[in-house]
Amino acid sequence: MKILKVILVIFLICPINFVEADINDMRHKITKNLRCLICQGQSVYDSDSEFANSLKLVVDKKLNVGLSEDEIYDYLKNKYGDWILYDPEMNKSNLLLWTLPLILFVFGSLLIFKKVSIK
Amino acid sequence: MKNKILPFSIIFFFGIIFFIFYKGLEDSNIYTPDVKIKNDIPVFIAKDFYSKENINSKSILELDKFYLLNIWSSWCVPCRKEHPLLMNLSLNSKINIIGMNYKDNFTNAENFLKELGNPYKKIFIDFDGTIAIDWGAYGVPESFLIFNNKIVKKYVGPLNIKTINEIIKEIQ
Repeated sequence: MKILKVILVIFLICPINFVEADINDMRHKITKNLRCLICQGQSVYDSDSEFANSLKLVVDKKLNVGLSEDEIYDYLKNKYGDWILYDPEMNKSNLLLWTLPLILFVFGSLLIFKKVSIK
Repeated sequence: MKNKILPFSIIFFFGIIFFIFYKGLEDSNIYTPDVKIKNDIPVFIAKDFYSKENINSKSILELDKFYLLNIWSSWCVPCRKEHPLLMNLSLNSKINIIGMNYKDNFTNAENFLKELGNPYKKIFIDFDGTIAIDWGAYGVPESFLIFNNKIVKKYVGPLNIKTINEIIKEIQ
């Protein structure tokens, strides 16, 4: 009987802990990807400025409401622009930046192929 | 001929690199977010500064009127500097100045207004800074010129004579 009780207690505690950890992890993940605009070069997670502290609160609120990570990024991007994210998405203005290495790689390998096949 | 191309292209290459880096020196690496002009202003509920009652932003900001939303705080030094300019602007009947008291202590804020005058028609409190984020602001002071529930202009940092003249021109 005692063992059963212990198992029941463990069973009840475990899932709750998982949920808590999940929200905290998400919060840390999001705030680490946000750039503090007051102390530029620091993430919101690291910073203790007034702006960063408020932003942490906002992220908490949004998470509690049930918004996903991407929805929070979209909300902040709409307010402050892409620059607030450390890991910006691919878009028209940085398409070349992302694809240039690939283009150079293809170009280079074509060059090598040509040289080798001539020989 | 081939001997000449190599040094020339090297010089050319380094010239371009020098030019890019030299240009980069002048660029400011402080980023200021783009102003999303013509965006609808956010709707929010906040506490009134004096009565401590909850007020809806819709009841403060009417249509067909110019408003200047000024984010201020008693602990902010530049706010002290721009305050006389706001006092002057408050004499203009075409614009209403609304204050957002950012992360402040009530007594300090009240003393600040007693000392320097109160240019605001209405003041509401942003206790934890979340309303300011809703507006896309990130510091104090910051001012928004609003017309018909849209942001016409945004000023980051203290207002000066030049920007005040710009506002007066806009509301004429």
